[in-house]
Amino acid sequence: MTGLRINDLKKSFDSTTVLDNISFAVSEGEFCILLGPSGCGKTTILRLIAGLEQQDKGEIYIGEQEVSTLTPKERNIAMVFQSYALYPHLNVYENMSFSLRIKKTPGHEIDAVVKKTADLLDIADLLRRKPKELSGGQRQRVAIGRAIVRNPSLFLFDEPLSNLDAKLRTATRVELAKLHRKLGSTIVYVTHDQTEAMTLGQKIILLNNGIIQQIGTPDDLYGRPANVFVAGFIGSPQMNFIEGSVVVKDEKQFFRSPACTIDISNRPALKDYIGKNIIMGIRPEFLTPDEGPLTARIELVEHLGSETIIYARAAGIGITARILSGFQGREGQDITFSFDNKGIHFFHNGIRIA
Amino acid sequence: MRKIFFYVIVVIIVFLSLLPFLWFVDTSLKSTVEVTSIPPVLVPSGSLHFYQSGIEQYELLHYVKNSIIVAGMTTLVTIIISIFAGYALARLRMRFKGLMLGGLLIVSMFPQISIAGPVWRILDAFGWLNSYQGLILPYVTLTLPLGVWIVASFFKELPRELEDAARIDGCGHLQTLFKIIFPLAAPGIFTAAILVFIYAWNEFFFALLIMTQKQFQTLPVGIALFQGQYTLPWGEIAAASTIATVPLVLLVFLFQKRIVRGLSAGAIKG
Amino acid sequence: MRLSVIAREKIFAVSLIIPSILFVTVFAFYPLLYSFYLSLHRIILGLPGLGQPFIWFENYRELFADRIALHAMINTFLFVFLSTFFEILFGLCIALVINQHFRGRGVVRAAVLVPWAIPTVVSSQMWRFIFHDKYGLVNYAIYGSQVSHYKAWLADPVFAFSAIVVADVWKTSSFAGLLILAGLQMIPDELYEAARIDGASAWQQFKKITLPLIRPALLIALLFRTMDAFRVFDLVFVMTQGGPADATNVLQFYGYKKIFAEGLMGYGSTISVLVFVITLFISLAYIRVLGTRLFEERI
Repeated sequence: MTGLRINDLKKSFDSTTVLDNISFAVSEGEFCILLGPSGCGKTTILRLIAGLEQQDKGEIYIGEQEVSTLTPKERNIAMVFQSYALYPHLNVYENMSFSLRIKKTPGHEIDAVVKKTADLLDIADLLRRKPKELSGGQRQRVAIGRAIVRNPSLFLFDEPLSNLDAKLRTATRVELAKLHRKLGSTIVYVTHDQTEAMTLGQKIILLNNGIIQQIGTPDDLYGRPANVFVAGFIGSPQMNFIEGSVVVKDEKQFFRSPACTIDISNRPALKDYIGKNIIMGIRPEFLTPDEGPLTARIELVEHLGSETIIYARAAGIGITARILSGFQGREGQDITFSFDNKGIHFFHNGIRIA
Repeated sequence: MRKIFFYVIVVIIVFLSLLPFLWFVDTSLKSTVEVTSIPPVLVPSGSLHFYQSGIEQYELLHYVKNSIIVAGMTTLVTIIISIFAGYALARLRMRFKGLMLGGLLIVSMFPQISIAGPVWRILDAFGWLNSYQGLILPYVTLTLPLGVWIVASFFKELPRELEDAARIDGCGHLQTLFKIIFPLAAPGIFTAAILVFIYAWNEFFFALLIMTQKQFQTLPVGIALFQGQYTLPWGEIAAASTIATVPLVLLVFLFQKRIVRGLSAGAIKG
Repeated sequence: MRLSVIAREKIFAVSLIIPSILFVTVFAFYPLLYSFYLSLHRIILGLPGLGQPFIWFENYRELFADRIALHAMINTFLFVFLSTFFEILFGLCIALVINQHFRGRGVVRAAVLVPWAIPTVVSSQMWRFIFHDKYGLVNYAIYGSQVSHYKAWLADPVFAFSAIVVADVWKTSSFAGLLILAGLQMIPDELYEAARIDGASAWQQFKKITLPLIRPALLIALLFRTMDAFRVFDLVFVMTQGGPADATNVLQFYGYKKIFAEGLMGYGSTISVLVFVITLFISLAYIRVLGTRLFEERI
């Protein structure tokens, strides 16, 4: 098992640049997520790693070997596709053993590996079936099994859960995490679903418009978003953004906006931004309906059972709050919120400053 | 009422489509006297006399053999070449793709006469007039556009991810083609083969030019040049025509769905 | 330095397509140019001692003065126009019928395909027999048993020409129908349902929905049929040999006669070039009407 290193990748289709300046590393045994909205280039990165596309510039190393000019065959990687891409004319056994037969592995070895993998994935009784006789979840397992069988140096997953229904998706997600722990393999996993990313990923690479926005652990991305895009993309409901400026009054620093004014003397980093326009971001889960600096009028209350989402408006700005259930307020009422200081971020020109 | 009207039209269409041919089949089963009798005999005596004399006096089976060899070989060669070209055009990155597709389209529109003289001269230079390859080579050329268009359009319909999966699983391009694409597109390839076979089986113009010796002539040439001693041997012509047509009619009834799909794929979608 | 994955893929792609290019070049494009070369020479197969003198455009001058060639050209155009017109008309009827859902549709579709599958030579003999002057069905259908009234249809210029048109329309209407059918099947049923809800009559539906939406299919059917009708040869060869009095002489048949029956390889090649140029112009005109977009989408 080996890691992956990518250096300054660039890729264009025709004249549109879809990836630029992509560099990152995945260490051995790491579960790495490529996250981003659709069309951000994440699947292209995966296809470049696989050798299905050719980069215009930059290098890809699997372990110590540069693989940029190698065919997919020579890269020893496995890939699980969004549509599973099981060969419809072959049964499950033949699908799983396909790569080994291409490699001319002896028959008894193939048999042993396929049986073992089938047991691991609990599909041993499906081996004689054709893909069209399987359910979505079963196809998914076969696709993963096909990848495991060949013992690759790297697993690539292209949105593997997006074709499953919500319930099965959660279950499979948990199983994938278990499987990764059991196999200890290096995984690059593409998804646009932040829940998958946060729960599965040890490292998340967040992309937008073909450019890496932030690389970090799930906690990094949630707790210290590098910029407004990351802050807005991670977390649900989305982070509240309030435009305002830094002002000084009575030797104290304040963030002042039409909606609210709060004391930010405890953030020395903001001293450099006095008089400048900045954006304050606060996650909905850090707002509490309590005596506090922000007053807003409730527009909608969603009771979700375990929690309640409040949609309110203050000075024309939409404010969302996520609180435990038990809230009694109604639409049209005024409400005040207090902030948890930990949940507040400040951005200038889109970049996080404090 | 509307329904009855509709079925009347359906019956008329079927009737007009089949009648002339059925009349010829009918004729082939008559006796010599029945063929020329007025009013025409509707129910033939069912004699196989014309088939017998066709085979014995006019060496009908000889033409059949030539037709099978020429049409069969043409189909085989065209389909193999079409699979390669179709794969490249449908799936691989390549320059001048449009030019090549356009070139094929133009070839399919060539009036035969515009290349007939030179083709004849080329074959003459090689000594291939009156030889099977002499007819098969031009036929392959003329059926390639049809074959490539249809095969490529069927290849295009296969999901791309399957090929990606095969490449990742360690297949080279050729292995991907033979282990994944070919088995999955087999119905489409079979359709192309049927259409190419029908074309080669029916072609007359080049067969007439190239096969001047009876020994090599195909069925259409034989049927067109049928001559009796004094009059046209209509019974034998009808028998030969029936023999030439029955395999095609069988193909049509067995594979009508595919043929329709193949023809419209070749013409409308690509 | 190894070639990139894409470069290797491109080389592989080219190697796959080389056999096709070879065939098409040797047996289609080279002969085309060769035809032009031959048309600039005087070559008489029966007189090899004459050599192959280069005579510039002498053959073309001769061709434009050739009354029979002009006649053949007019015949060809008339044939193309008449047969294509009726084929599209009947093809549209066939397509509209087959497009309905009814029991036995498969059999009807197969029956309609039979004329298309029959070798042209066979259908030519068949129609020649049906138009026969002594025991043809047509004579019997019109004059019954009064044998003395029987007409030699194929010996009459107008009737002979009509007979060829009839035979061609019979054989290829179904092909036109299939192309149109493909267009019809791409129209979603919802459109008709919406139109019915809006109160459109059957005729209005046909005029406002069907016709505009199958326009591309109709044009393609028209293109294919025009090109094919231009090549008419088998019918003429078998049914009339161009007669009577050149009434059914068409370009492809005339070219064949000049080159292969009379051995005028040079002069005959002028006809080859002429026929090619005409079809090229017609197909270019069609492509302009259809728009290149349609052709690009084809693959």
